[in-house]
Amino acid sequence: MDARIGIRNTKSILFKGLIVFLAFVITLPLIIVLLYIIKQGIFQVNWHFLTNVPAPVGETGGGISNALVGSLIIVLMSSIVAIPVGILTGIYLSENPHTKLSYYAGLCVDILQGVPSIVVGIVVYFWIVKPLGTFSAISGSIALSIMMLPIVIRSTEQTLRLLPPSLKEAALSLGVPYHRVILKVIVPCGFAGILSGIMLSIARIVGETAPLLFTAFGNPYLSTAITKPMETLPHLIYTYATSPYDDWHNLAWGASFILLMFVLILNIFTKLITRKWNIQL
Amino acid sequence: MTKNKRLDLSYAQMRWETVFRRILIIMSAILILLVVGILITLIMQSMPSIKSLGIGFLWGKIWDPVSNIYGAYPFLIGTLLTSFTALLISVPFSYAISIYLGEYNPKGWLSNLLKNSIELIAAVPSIIYGFWGIFVLVPVIRSFEAKIHIAPYGVGIFTSSLVLAVMIIPYAASLGITLIRMVPSPLKEGAYALGATRFEVIRSVIMPYTRSGLFAGVLLSLGRALGETMAVTMLIGNTSTIANSFKEIFFGPGNTMASVIANEFTEADHTVYLSALIELGLVLFFVTVVINLIGKRIITKFTNH
Repeated sequence: MDARIGIRNTKSILFKGLIVFLAFVITLPLIIVLLYIIKQGIFQVNWHFLTNVPAPVGETGGGISNALVGSLIIVLMSSIVAIPVGILTGIYLSENPHTKLSYYAGLCVDILQGVPSIVVGIVVYFWIVKPLGTFSAISGSIALSIMMLPIVIRSTEQTLRLLPPSLKEAALSLGVPYHRVILKVIVPCGFAGILSGIMLSIARIVGETAPLLFTAFGNPYLSTAITKPMETLPHLIYTYATSPYDDWHNLAWGASFILLMFVLILNIFTKLITRKWNIQL
Repeated sequence: MTKNKRLDLSYAQMRWETVFRRILIIMSAILILLVVGILITLIMQSMPSIKSLGIGFLWGKIWDPVSNIYGAYPFLIGTLLTSFTALLISVPFSYAISIYLGEYNPKGWLSNLLKNSIELIAAVPSIIYGFWGIFVLVPVIRSFEAKIHIAPYGVGIFTSSLVLAVMIIPYAASLGITLIRMVPSPLKEGAYALGATRFEVIRSVIMPYTRSGLFAGVLLSLGRALGETMAVTMLIGNTSTIANSFKEIFFGPGNTMASVIANEFTEADHTVYLSALIELGLVLFFVTVVINLIGKRIITKFTNH
């Protein structure tokens, strides 16, 4: 009898050991990748690197200003499209949970969330690149805004659902019209949750490469024309990482470092907001 | 006069109210149109290939655009092999994380730190995993392959699976953590009161209770793995021919549906070629959407209980 209890206890302890080991071992790849990117990238980054376009093959130096400006413009344009649409749809879904439209819209959010990013690239290619006849920053922004939408919608919807109904009832009972209740009471109350959803979605799309391959395409020169091809950080990393030249690899390491830092800081910042406001996403 | 003005104002407010409600409805309708539009575009654009290649396209073994022969079999195999290998590697880890953070250590700074680092794994852009893989993992795999006496490509299906495995862990893990924390404590306490050890409680109470939910998490991971493009494209070697033995396929270079689209879409110079690539995208779209929807359905069912 005693022996069996001993075996069972040992089993339990061994199992715990295994679980703890597996759970912590998986942070190793993350740490290794992070440290390696930092090690390779941090010394590339300086003022010259941030303000110059990539040097041609054979010349050392050069920077990634074209990709920085491009990523900024494209992410900004995607946000301008996706944030209003996302928030308004999220409001609709949280306000009308039981209509037919909200059922199908919710289904579509789930579908969009699952669509592989490369497929979004193909579709936007046929919607915008082909009719315009050229790769363009605007098509890249549309592709990325499609990637952004489901995250913004879901975070808005879930944040607003958590608000107590008494807030809305109190405002309505004072005779405040519906749109002002939503825009002046409900949305400000859920602001932190919506904001963190937006930041997460930006962190997601800024590193997206696949949809940009057939849309924004890339451009070795600094360009701010939104109807022309435009370079972005992830696309620059892709082209230069797969090139055979060491100078270009160095540019890509520097760009990876900047991209990684941006994404990590955005994520950590979001975590802090959600913790402070006690939001569950 | 003032009374009229007030009335006008409140009429204006009422009009705005209707307008606002309409805007909400229109936005949701736009979303549905967007998804329907994506589907229609994919189907329309893959029509030429569906018409000229038929259903046999899916198991045609040869992909040779130069001679106008298109078969998706190498990519189907590549996609399935990478995804399921990645899944196989990742499942023990994501279950372990779920159990550790859901049951053993749900609170405290260590738990938070670990949970946040797991979520950071998903935050790192896939292009960075790919870049890192080319310069760090590929040489390691190459020397490993040389040691076990197979052609030392370095790149290939096995290498992609490894990176993919790491990338998809967070999707199953973060769901698993939430679900395991939802197991009602009376159930666990009852088992403890009967003299069960921790391991027995996990095996006979927590696991059966959360089985369907954890499975849904695995499905979400699988959906991610199937559609993942950049890291795989950079590491898989991009060969559209398929080797003869399983060992050569598994350790050698290959192609997935997503990676062949990424590589060849802008080079596709005639209609059927382009359309065949889009048909691959259509298949990918259907498979990932169905897997995701099943996963979501299971989760909704689980959380409503």
